[in-house]
Amino acid sequence: MSEKPKILAISSAGGHWVQLQRLRAAWDDCDAVYVTTMDGYREDLVADAERRGQSTPRFYRVVDANRWQKFRLLRQLAGILMILIRERPDVIVSTGAAAGFFAFKIGKLMGARTIWVDSIANAGALSLSGQKAGGCADLWLTQWEHLAGGENGKKGPEFKGSVV
Amino acid sequence: MIFVTVGHELRFDRLIKGLDNWALESGYKDIFAQVAELGEEGYKPRNFAWQSFLDPDSFKSRFEEADLIVAHAGMGTIITALTMKKPLLIMPRKGAFKETRNDHQIATAEQFARRSGIYVANDETELGTVLDGLLANPPSKIDEAASEFAEPQLIQALRSFIYDGRAPKNM
Repeated sequence: MSEKPKILAISSAGGHWVQLQRLRAAWDDCDAVYVTTMDGYREDLVADAERRGQSTPRFYRVVDANRWQKFRLLRQLAGILMILIRERPDVIVSTGAAAGFFAFKIGKLMGARTIWVDSIANAGALSLSGQKAGGCADLWLTQWEHLAGGENGKKGPEFKGSVV
Repeated sequence: MIFVTVGHELRFDRLIKGLDNWALESGYKDIFAQVAELGEEGYKPRNFAWQSFLDPDSFKSRFEEADLIVAHAGMGTIITALTMKKPLLIMPRKGAFKETRNDHQIATAEQFARRSGIYVANDETELGTVLDGLLANPPSKIDEAASEFAEPQLIQALRSFIYDGRAPKNM
C-alpha cells in the first residue's frame, strides 16, 4: 500500500448509493474510485470533492442487474473485473448489492481488503448479498445492533453505528 | 404541497391509488407524484399531477418545496427527508404483492416509525386516516437536520480499518 490508500467504493444506484455516500468522510485524503449502476451521480461527486477540498475521484458505471437477471449479472461481473484490473484498489467498500459482492470476490483474489456495511434497509435480517459477501469481508458491519454477532457459532457482522 | 415518490425502481400502485382516492375524497389536490414506470398496467392517478421519473435537480426542488413527503419505505427517501428536515409519511412495499423482493420495507418502516417526523401507514387502508390527521395537525417543524455523514463512530471504524492501524494525516 502506497502512502495514500486507494479506495474503491461500489454499490448499486438508489438507497445503497445514498448510504455509501454518507460514509465518504472515512476515506477523505485517500485516492477514491467510485463504481455504481447509474450515470447521474458523477457531477455530484466531482462537486462534492471540490467543495470539501478532496482530490477529484474517478467514476465508473457498470450495468444494473438483480439476482434474477443472469445475463446482466454476467455483464456486470465483466465490467467490475475490468475496473478492478485497471484500478487495483487497496480497500473495497460496499453497501450492496450484487455489484459489491462481485467486487469482493474478485478483489480478494487481487489482495484487496474489504469492508461490507450492510444496508440499513435490512432491519429485520441481513441482506442476501450481505450474508454472502460477509463471508469474504475483512470488516463486516450491520447497521442494526440487534443483528450483530453470529448465530450458532457462525461468523457474524459487528455493529459500529449507522449511516443516519 | 405534498410530494410523493416511489423511488427509481418499481411502481407502487397501492400507494398511488390510495392517494388518488384520498385526494378525491378530501379535495386536497396540491400533490405531485413521481410514480416510476407505469407501463400499460400501472395505476395512473386522475386527481393530481405525476411523472414517471424526475431528473436529480427537479427531484430536489420538489422535495424542498413540499410540506410533506409521502413515499415507499425506501432508505434513499428516508435519508433525504431526514437531511432536508421534511416530515415523511411512509407506506412499506410488500413482497407478497411483488412490490419488492421481500418484506424488508416493513421492518424498515417499523424501525423508523420511532423517529420524530416520520409517520407510517401500514397499508392503503390506513393511508387516508394518517393523511387526514397530518392535515388537521400539521407536524411541528423539525429543528435539526441529520448530518450529511454517517455516525462519527462508524466513520471512525472504517477509517481505522482503511489505514490498518497506521496514522493517517488529518485524522
